[in-house]
Amino acid sequence: MVDVAVQTVPAIHRLTVRPAGDDPRCTVLLQDAIDLGITTLHSVQIHDLVFVRGDVTEQDRQQLQELLVDPLLQEASWNTFQATTQHVVESALHSGVTDSVAHELHRVAARLGVTIEAVATGKRFELNGALTHTDLDILVGKLLVNPVIENCAIDTAIIPAFADSGTSTTSGVSYVSIPSDASDEDLQKLNLQRGLAMDIEELRAVRDHYASAGAVARDIELESIAQTWSEHCAHKTFRASITLDDGTTIPSLINQLRDTTEIIDAPYVVSSFVGNAGIISFVPGTTIALKCETHNHPSAIEPFGGANTGVGGVIRDVLGASHLPIACTNILCFGTPTTQASDLPEGVFHPRRIRAGVIAGIADYGNKIGLPTVAGAVLYDDGYIANPLVYAGCIGVAYRPYHAQDPKPGDRIIVLGGRTGRDGLRGATFSSMTMDATTGDVSGASVQIGDPITEKLLIDVLGRGQDLFRSITDCGAGGLSSAIGEMAQDIGACVELSELPLKYPGLAPWEIWLSEAQERMVVAVQDTGALKDACERFGVEFTDVGFFTGDGRLVVHHGGNVVVDLDLEFLHNGRPQRHMHAVMPSPVRESMTPTQFSTKFGNIDVVDSLKRLLSHPNIASKAAVIHRYDHEIRGATLVRPLIGACADGHADGVVIAEPLDTHGIAIGIGVNPWFGVLDAERMALSVVDEAMRNVVAVGADPDSVALLDNFSWGDPRRSSTLGDLVAAVQGCCDAALAFQAPFVSGKDSLNNEYLGSDGERHSVPPTLVITAIAHVPDAESTVTPDLKASGNVVVLLGNTSLEFGASHLAIVHGVTDAGAVPAFDASAPRRYRLLHRAIRDGLVRACHDIAEGGVAVALAEMAIAGRMGVEMSSNLSVAQLFSESNGRFLLEVSPAHVDTIIEQFGDEAIVIGLVTSEQEMRLPNNQSVSIQELCSAWQEIS
Amino acid sequence: MTLPVAAVLCAPGTNRDNDVLFALQLAGASPVAILTNELLQNPSRINDADILVIAGGFSYADALGAGRLFAVELEHAVGEQISTAISERRPIIGICNGFQTLVRMGILPGTGQRAALGHNTSGVFDCRWVELEPSSKKCVWTQNLSENIECPIAHGEGRFTCDDDTLSNLQRNDQVALRYISTNPNGSVDNIAGVCDSTGVVLGLMPHPENHVVRRQHPQSHRGVSRGLGLSIFQSGVCYARR
Repeated sequence: MVDVAVQTVPAIHRLTVRPAGDDPRCTVLLQDAIDLGITTLHSVQIHDLVFVRGDVTEQDRQQLQELLVDPLLQEASWNTFQATTQHVVESALHSGVTDSVAHELHRVAARLGVTIEAVATGKRFELNGALTHTDLDILVGKLLVNPVIENCAIDTAIIPAFADSGTSTTSGVSYVSIPSDASDEDLQKLNLQRGLAMDIEELRAVRDHYASAGAVARDIELESIAQTWSEHCAHKTFRASITLDDGTTIPSLINQLRDTTEIIDAPYVVSSFVGNAGIISFVPGTTIALKCETHNHPSAIEPFGGANTGVGGVIRDVLGASHLPIACTNILCFGTPTTQASDLPEGVFHPRRIRAGVIAGIADYGNKIGLPTVAGAVLYDDGYIANPLVYAGCIGVAYRPYHAQDPKPGDRIIVLGGRTGRDGLRGATFSSMTMDATTGDVSGASVQIGDPITEKLLIDVLGRGQDLFRSITDCGAGGLSSAIGEMAQDIGACVELSELPLKYPGLAPWEIWLSEAQERMVVAVQDTGALKDACERFGVEFTDVGFFTGDGRLVVHHGGNVVVDLDLEFLHNGRPQRHMHAVMPSPVRESMTPTQFSTKFGNIDVVDSLKRLLSHPNIASKAAVIHRYDHEIRGATLVRPLIGACADGHADGVVIAEPLDTHGIAIGIGVNPWFGVLDAERMALSVVDEAMRNVVAVGADPDSVALLDNFSWGDPRRSSTLGDLVAAVQGCCDAALAFQAPFVSGKDSLNNEYLGSDGERHSVPPTLVITAIAHVPDAESTVTPDLKASGNVVVLLGNTSLEFGASHLAIVHGVTDAGAVPAFDASAPRRYRLLHRAIRDGLVRACHDIAEGGVAVALAEMAIAGRMGVEMSSNLSVAQLFSESNGRFLLEVSPAHVDTIIEQFGDEAIVIGLVTSEQEMRLPNNQSVSIQELCSAWQEIS
Repeated sequence: MTLPVAAVLCAPGTNRDNDVLFALQLAGASPVAILTNELLQNPSRINDADILVIAGGFSYADALGAGRLFAVELEHAVGEQISTAISERRPIIGICNGFQTLVRMGILPGTGQRAALGHNTSGVFDCRWVELEPSSKKCVWTQNLSENIECPIAHGEGRFTCDDDTLSNLQRNDQVALRYISTNPNGSVDNIAGVCDSTGVVLGLMPHPENHVVRRQHPQSHRGVSRGLGLSIFQSGVCYARR
């Protein structure tokens, strides 16, 4: 038992709020502790802490307590620490980490007439159980507290760090001498000292630039250059010239994708590969913006905050393309949930903890900002244990002609939205800057916590289009340096930083300039009046920081002193192109023969295999995740992520159609990292095909599809890793040409690796996510995959080969060399057009794409979703039941339309079964299994 | 004929304002959104409204508890005007965060009664469709409904809870306006999804009838299902405002 006397610093008042009844959060925590291998924790209670600094009276306290505590749900006490449990752990956010509860309490206390200086919040965990010191350390370090954003105290009262608002107080700039004859060695030394993360060609370019300009470099200028030229911002690998192992040099990867889009020349592409998002138009007068981003590393170190701000960032991308955001997507890759705690690398959270944090972070942002989270995928593989991947996408709409406009000289530069703090300063490039000494006490600075309400207000002000401004961009990586630097690219800008509102005092100019504080937008405005009025109406902070000049220089002041003076031509075009080498992969390309299949897989039991596949976490129900996201808001989600008789089946794609519109858009995702490990080129072809299938299956027109590419890869400086990337881009281009579906935007996240205890670097599996956005010409003729009525016929559409490389049948049976990854089916585009026609003609009652687990899994999913039985005819072999060949669908067709379907598709359509009213799936070999049993396997929780 | 004016009250973080504006329009009202900022400057805007709506969302990010700060702001800005509206029997509806706000203001269930909306028993935000049975002849928003309503919930704090006296009062006074049928998604006492005040003109409910106002919004429309439009709740309110 612990009993520590109350230790409140004078004038800091502390309120502990306890739930009055059962707290479901505690059950979750106990389970998480068991996952960490701690079985001796018997009970845990979670309390909320509120700290108030100031001279408050007893009456003030009473008022605050009434505000903070609902007596039916909670109990509360002031200024007590006393512990009745064996251990008490308390935590509070570091100074500088966004704390919206504290912010709101501070504001509303004033409304109630209670004057307080500052507010902070925290948490308290009361633990019972025979815990060793090691147990306690593990619980604190891996479950209860995240040292990146929180301080903690064990068995003693936490002292909170208060954040006070203010403007910058420190100033100053230092000069860095780079002699014109500096050697490569000198330059590398500078590189290391300053943590610039540049390569030697880039360092020489910087040296020569300053030498020819006859100028001495300011430290902030070097930071701005390093930021602008970083892999994250400049996409050096995608822009590199690449020499292959056979000596040929190929065009840069980004140009290959762009050229493909140009060759396709689709009439609905309005803007591709420029600005914040791709822009397309399927209907005259309406444009759609689409974008997908990754937020992998931040999500690994702070799962909630990383995923949270990933969503916020991609929504700002769409807002920064002058579109009103209407829907969000996400694709999440985690380590296997059953991973043993002892198998985790040092410093890595358990996959369940990462999953819980990431999903909560995504739900928190999307639900609060009021956008439906409609489509996505959750994948599990051991390759993601140390490097989880979080892809967040956003789609927006504009109902007036879209004209991208550049700022003009004389336009004011306005920063809108959240306040500036040290957020993100320790990320990436700047990790070892000597400047960090000034921020040593702010270890939370590398992680941002989002504030969705502030961003919602930005949407309220800016989402209605371009009336209020000429040009707009979001503040993302690189902060103002990147945002203003890009907007000023062709003309120049003059900036004064000292007026920007700050989260807390003491920021140096370089910190303000490079801060990655969230929820900020930068706009160029000719006449600020109307924008200022709109900001006042919605309560958005508006700061005029300068103007665009026309002299081609980026000049930044702080309190009148110049802190940056850079030639924008050099900043944006001075980086020498990178040259890289790739060793191309040589994957197995032979499919299996029936004999080889029997040899490899033996005499597998179909029902057992089917149940194993359905319960595999990659295939099993994701309903528990989907219910966490508001997918109903806006009332426009016509084909929902969950469909069918019990609203628990998975849709292939989703359809968004405004309630009274006759048309809509479909969103489909393709991803298969297991294919990527064996054959990156076929993986790319396959996942483009999968994304196409997912939109066609719900009723979209395959001739009106735009694609997004998102690559998460290992270190491309390893020539084999780059070879896989080159092969994947080749596959993307070939698939886009085959479908005449252009890429309009993309993003790459490279270096997703960690150093294992074996001394080797481990990369994530090559993970390419394809998002397809397609036109749905008739909202009334959309289709879902659930079986609808007994007596209907099930038709298999497409060509089945014995393709098991990296298939899920191979995964669940532990077969490692199962031949080639499925090939691209060149007949697919023609077939998809025919299928679209059949769907529009009303010939198809249900349609489901065939992916992981093949025909057997797809049919079981249709039966589960419709809670209908199915009787298969005996014309499919066991191998054909589970093959993952591309380009295939299952259709449910009423008997009256079967002949028409067979006639239209010829050999590519075969009848494989009948829908029955019995709750049973009868398989070709006279085996059968109840729908209930399949459902239980599919809904198993891991 | 002039349409009844419906004022949709919004705070920073209110996010189903557009959905309810659309529903009110379909139901035959002339809806207008008013921000708390604007109410503070001009409280009399409430007086022009025939119907008051507090829309759903995450007002003030749910900081200090769902609906808490919205309640403080509304009380401060237009507390008296809202009391007047109730005494004049102008219909008022609070949906989801709006319900939480009306409970925090003490308007629901009403004087001398104690109720709250706690965390769902699942412990997490939950978005799913539910079926609701209208069960009050007193509530002007539900008294004429002829079929059950089907619409989604989307909340983390929707568990209606109250002390025993309050519950028996609510039941006795016909103030339980809507009950969950077949599934109780959040652990609410007596399956309560919505309650009205003792006058019957103020309704608060957790589910979102504004997201089922056209037939094809029903999640089983692809299976030929068409029933339970949430629009009828708004039509009832509009109809009463016209009387």
